[in-house]
This record gives sequence, C-alpha cells and structure tokens, in this order.
Amino acid sequence: MNKTVYVDMKNICKTFGVIRANHDINFSVYKGEIHGLLGENGAGKSTLVNMLSGIYTPDSGSISIYNENVNIHSPKHAIELGIGMIHQHFKLIDVLTAAENIMLGQKDSFFLSTKHKIKSIENVMKKYGMEFDLNKKISDMSVSEKQNVEIMKVLYRGSKILILDEPTAVLTPQEIDKLFIVLRNLANSGCAIIIITHKLNEIMSITDRVTVLRQGETISTLETKETNIRQLTELMVGKPVSLSIDKVNAERGKLLLSVQNLTALGEHNVRVLDDVSFDLYEGEILGIAGVAGSGQKELCETIAGLYPVEKGDIYFEGENIVELSPREIIERGVSMSYIPEDRLGMGLVASMDMVDNMLLKDYVNQPGITVNRKVARDKAERVKERLDIQAPNVNTPIRKLSGGNIQKVLLGREMDASPHLLITAYPVRGLDIGASYNIYDLLQEQKQNNVGILYIGEDLDVLIELCNRIMVLCNGKVTGIADSESVTKEDLGLMMAGESLSSLQKEDEQCKL
Amino acid sequence: MQIIKRVGASKKQIIIIRLIAIMVALVASGIFIVMLGYNPITVYSNMISGALGSKIRLRATLLEMIPLTITSLGILVAFKMKFANIGGEGQILMGAFGATYVALFMDWLPEFLVIPVMFLVGFLVGGIWAVIPAIFKARFDANETIMTLMLNYIAIQWITYLQYGPWRDPELKGFAKIANFPQYALLPRVFGIHIGLIIAPVLVVFIAWFLRRTKRGFEITVVGESLSTARYAGMDISRIIITTMLLSGGLCGITGVIQAAGVNKTLTMNVSSGYGFTAIITTYLSGLNATKVLFVSFLFGVLLQGGSYIQSALQIPQSAADVLQGMLLLCALGSEFFVQYKVRFSKKNSVSSEVK
Repeated sequence: MNKTVYVDMKNICKTFGVIRANHDINFSVYKGEIHGLLGENGAGKSTLVNMLSGIYTPDSGSISIYNENVNIHSPKHAIELGIGMIHQHFKLIDVLTAAENIMLGQKDSFFLSTKHKIKSIENVMKKYGMEFDLNKKISDMSVSEKQNVEIMKVLYRGSKILILDEPTAVLTPQEIDKLFIVLRNLANSGCAIIIITHKLNEIMSITDRVTVLRQGETISTLETKETNIRQLTELMVGKPVSLSIDKVNAERGKLLLSVQNLTALGEHNVRVLDDVSFDLYEGEILGIAGVAGSGQKELCETIAGLYPVEKGDIYFEGENIVELSPREIIERGVSMSYIPEDRLGMGLVASMDMVDNMLLKDYVNQPGITVNRKVARDKAERVKERLDIQAPNVNTPIRKLSGGNIQKVLLGREMDASPHLLITAYPVRGLDIGASYNIYDLLQEQKQNNVGILYIGEDLDVLIELCNRIMVLCNGKVTGIADSESVTKEDLGLMMAGESLSSLQKEDEQCKL
Repeated sequence: MQIIKRVGASKKQIIIIRLIAIMVALVASGIFIVMLGYNPITVYSNMISGALGSKIRLRATLLEMIPLTITSLGILVAFKMKFANIGGEGQILMGAFGATYVALFMDWLPEFLVIPVMFLVGFLVGGIWAVIPAIFKARFDANETIMTLMLNYIAIQWITYLQYGPWRDPELKGFAKIANFPQYALLPRVFGIHIGLIIAPVLVVFIAWFLRRTKRGFEITVVGESLSTARYAGMDISRIIITTMLLSGGLCGITGVIQAAGVNKTLTMNVSSGYGFTAIITTYLSGLNATKVLFVSFLFGVLLQGGSYIQSALQIPQSAADVLQGMLLLCALGSEFFVQYKVRFSKKNSVSSEVK
C-alpha cells in the first residue's frame, strides 16, 4: 500500500476548563486508507476531529497535513486544506437539487446552475465512481442518497481527507453496505477517510486501521485484520467485558397492551403512524426496529397520551386509554422512559437535582399544597444505591452527570414506580458499552417481574438478543412482527426498507422449492 | 483572540468579575462626569449621602425600593416560567386603577374594609391584565413579549382617558387630575413610610417559599425548564401558565395599589414611573432569586434616590444620573459574559511553538 501520510497529529492536548478532552494524542492517517476512530462517549473522538476541521484549536501539539506543519484556525481554512467533514445530520437544502446543493457556497460565480459546473461535478463523480441523479431534488431523495450528496459536496470542494461522524446511524443494513462500497471506492481513488463510530462490527468490516481512544488518550492504533471485536472492546472500555446478553426467560403472562389500527397524523397531515396493530404481553420485551423517524417516537407518545390519535384504539389491561390524559395514563401504571435526540428533552429536567427529578411524577399525589422533598430524597438515595449511579450526591444537578448515569436516573425513577408497562426508547443511546449492558440487565430484571416492555432500539444485534419479538416500522407502517429466535438481521433490514415479512417468507419458500 | 466557555467559575472568580464590572462602570461614568465639568468623587459621595445620609433621605430610598421589590417578584414568577412579562408597567397601572375605583367610587363600603378590598381588586385587575396575554400564549402560542408590551400602552392611554375624561375632578377647575383618595383609603404609616415597608419583605418570604416549597412553584419551574418534560409528567400547562400570570400580574397590581394609596394619594401616570421596566433588570440581576430581589432593589433604590439628589444638590441634570445608571447596568449585565466565558489572547501561530 502507498504510505503517503495525509494527516499526522502529534501530542495533541486540549482541555476544556478542568476536563482533559484530549491528552497527548497521536493520530495519523495514510492516503488511501479507511481509518476508524473508536471510543466510548466522552473518549475525545469529536474533540479530535473538530481540531482537524478547524472548529477547535489544540492547546499544544502539532498537526501536519500532507507532511506540512499547519495551524488550522478556522473551518474555512480546513476546507482549503482539503479536509471535509460529513456530519451525522445533513446540511442540505430540501428544495434545491443535488447539483445546486453541491455548488452552494462556492464563491467562484454568482449563479448556481451553469452547464460547465454541472459538467465538472460529473467529472468528479466519475473519478470517484459515485452515482446519483444530480437533477433530483433533495426532498425526493432517500437518506442514503442524501448522504452521497453530502460526500459529493466535500469532494467537489477538493477534499482529500474525509471525516464521517457516525455515518451509519440513519441507514438500514443494506444502505450501510452501499455506503461502504462508496467509501472503499474513494479510498482506492486516493482519499484518506476517517470514520467515527462505536459500532464494532462496522469497524471490522470497513476499516484498514483503527485507533482506539479512551478518556482522552490514544490507547492503540491497530491493523484491523490483526485484531478482533473482543480485543477492541477491551481496549475501548479498559477492562474485559462480556458481550453477550443472557436472555432470561420469563413466563409470558396475560395480554397487557393491545394496539389496534392506530393512525396518527404529523405535519402536513402525513400519516406518521399508519394502521399500526400489535399486542404486548406481560413478561415480554417487544422490540421496535426501524430507520430513525419511522414513527417510533409517535408510537411511544400516543400510548403515553402525549400525541393526538387520529384513529384506532389502545387497550391497556382491557381498558381503552386513547381518550385519557397523560396523568390518568401514568396512574394506570404506564411508565415511559423516553430518550429523544436531546437526552434531557423529555423525562428529566437538566438543571434540577435527582431529588427534584424524582418528584416530577410523584408530587401530584402528595398531600397538601407543598411538595415533600424528604420522600423524594429517600427515593433518590434508593435509586442511586440500587442502580449504582455515580454522582457526588443526590443534590447535584443532573446535567453534570454522565450520559449513562442520567439514563439510570430516568430508568430508576420509572422502575421505582413499579409500572406494568415500561416504554423505553433508545435507552442506551450515547452510552458506553458497560453502561449499555447494565441497562439491558435492568430491563431483563423488569421483565422477570412480569412487566411488559416496549423497547425501541437501534442496534439490530441487540434487538435480536434482547427481545422476544421484534416489530419493524417503516414510514409509520408495520412491515412485520418477527420472532427474534428465527429472524435474521438481513430480513429485519429489508423490512426496515419497506418489504413485508410475509413477502420475505414467501421468497424463502420459493428458494427452497 | 479566542473565546472559551468557562467551566464552573468559582464563587471567588464571580465576585471578582462583578467587582471589576462595577469599577469599570464607575470609571467610565467618571470620565463622563469630568466632561460635564464636575469632580466624579464629589458626585459619587453626594449620591451616597443623598441616598443614605439622613433619615429623610433613607426614607426616600426605601420608597423607591418597595415598588421595585414587589414588581420584581411579579416579574420573577413569570421569568421562572420563561414567560417574558414586559408588561409590568401596564399591570401596575391597572392595579392602581382597580384600587382607585374602590377608593373613590365604592363609598358604601365600611371604612375598615376599603384598604383590604383595594388590595384585592388591585391584585385581580393587575392579574387580569397579565392573564390576557397568558391565555393567548396558552391557546395560540402567541408571542407574550409583544402582547405584554402592547398592553402597557393600552393601560397608559386608558388612565389618560380617565384623567381627562370621566374621572376628572370637577372641583379642580381647568386642571386635569383625578381626585385625591379620602383619608381612610390612604395606607397606614410605619416608621414614617407607608405599610409597604412591611408588605414587601413579607411578599419576598412568601414568594421564596411558594417557588421552593409548593407544588405550583415546582410546576412553574418545570414548565420553565422544559415544556415537553412538563407534558410528560402530566402537567396541565395551559392552566399553569394562566394561573402563574395571574399571580405575576397581581403582584405588579399590588405595586400599583401601594403607589397610588401610599405615595401619590391618587391615580396618575406617575404611579408606575418605569418600575415595570426597571424591575426586569433587578429581577435579572437577582438571578431569579426572591431573597436577592430585596437587596438588588435596595441598591437600585440608592441609585435612583442618589441620582435625584445630585440633581438638586449639584445642579447636575437628571439625565447625567441616568447615564450612570445605564453604565452600571451595562457593565453588570455585560459581566455575565465573562462569568460564562473567558477570553484568551494568543497569536495565530503559537500552537506549534508550544510543542516541547
């Protein structure tokens, strides 16, 4: 392999106040390689690449690009140096075409669409083997097409060094495969690619080398083919971790929740939930899979009484709860721990301490007009003890806790209310591996206590291991409810993209014939 | 030059930053005073002695502190809920209007009941003036900043109309003024000041307790921090917004009652005299802390009274005192930035040279 060094970061240090985000980090990327940047949340991955893309400047250390010492002082400067960042959330304008988006912000001419510029984009596309329709509007594109446009945007600006921040979070498994082909093409045509992820199997399948960061320090840089998932995990976490979920078997009890023909409308009267029906039993974990934004959020919120239902019924323990207020639903034993995009957006108040956050759902039922913080403090202490929450004390504002501990505060509060139905949405989002497995164990414990659990997840491997059954949503429709014992990841992926389970089973049978 | 987010500034750092801000304000105003041809030291010392130097002056200062404190509490309740109540002026005037109606036109009331009823009606009318935008906010998500601000003007014009029209005192021929309150409708006096001197601290304690200890106070804080969490916890957000604004406007209304029945002895435009706006600043500077409101309001009382004193003592125009006030505010609010961020000066290419 051609070993021209494109990026070389030496002894990089960066502190934010007392927090050492990066300490003495060494990181280099060759031309033509795909380099994985692996680490738990808060390991310093984002800080490191933000220094490459000019958002931060290092406190000390040196950066050289193409063997030349540089001091990247602004994002503009980074672009001039040929460093392109592809963010998780696309920055595209919906009403413009792909070509127009790509040309946007280029200062060479006033008008957008000119023939020769389209020509030059096509040339670049050809060079890197990219394929999509330049005249298609962004609003008509699929997520993976949009991602290609984003990549093309930085390539057209002459970037040779591409940084992708968690590019697979929004994709189905099939789309991920396509993305990886594109990335490999780019690497073969001489780009250097840095990919940030915490999904180990992706690291294994796409990268040439991988650098593991932990607590702001470089732990190791390894050749991907000489390592394995177990070793990477240990490097990342710093101690051996068991990576399997011991599925506990709980007796499936009686019918707990029955959702029938549920339809809900979103903006512009689009059906965000379209005729959704399913049953959930006591002592069962029902997983919900789907590409981000397929109706998961709305499903949770309709059950909790927070989102208007257009049509359909939700029977909880035999009673239709569609017309009930959130408070009445809470009183019947439905508990929701919801972790939306913004972790603290719903369910917790960031500026309040654990005590006050415990009060959120309880204060109503306390006697008199005052709140009783004594009871809440006891509860907070109990939850802190039981879930081993790392916090100086229960009076620390929870925004100062780490993601995993915030999550435990939320889950702990919900579990302490001994709910019959627990709805958890993305409970491990942004958590490190250790904390994630902790959460899975807690959920299984609840399942054994005969609680019915609705688990909305992202990682298909985890869904298959953790859940009894998995329901797949695509554009608000149920494409199938599969038994996790028999379903494969590939099938789930196809269902996420809109194929129905029954049609997949038919295909299987045809193959056998 | 780089601007860096400060992570957890220590108490000592914050105090130092605040002190520097005050110094900067005094120096900058000092330059201005020198340009006017006065000695800043004399002016400042005159301001202090003008506000605190004698019993009468201290009373005048306290007379400024009382309306500021009560209005700030009203604003604070709304701000805690992230409801931008810019309508304190209007709510004060409407509260005074309600009290005036009781004082002048409900003469069938037994005399001992007049003052309690004035407070009650003043609270309600001031409250209603704040509930109007609250209803629009709760039902239609209307912008409360604009609505509360606009309602100020309606209140001002309404009082003007009353003064020149139906409520004009016919006995003062040719002079447009509303009649003075009868003796029994004037606030009782304590320590040479009206009863507001007791009401204000009592309200401070009440609001501090209300926000910290009661269920409604807890709800207000949650709604202010995160609407979706409040919804999730099953709170009735519309009801909370409306009742909170009744309290907010009601407190401002009480200021109106006190100013009308304790200071002006009638209903005039001077009843509000800018307290509704100044209270926004005192509330902000107190960091939405009810107890601190009392101290900040006292400091502002000193500033207001000291300002009007130098005007008469040194013949410095009132506007010069206003400049000093504005300068202090600018620096105090500006210093917030330095509490949140620190600025570091470094040359562009210093990074590589730092490598060992």
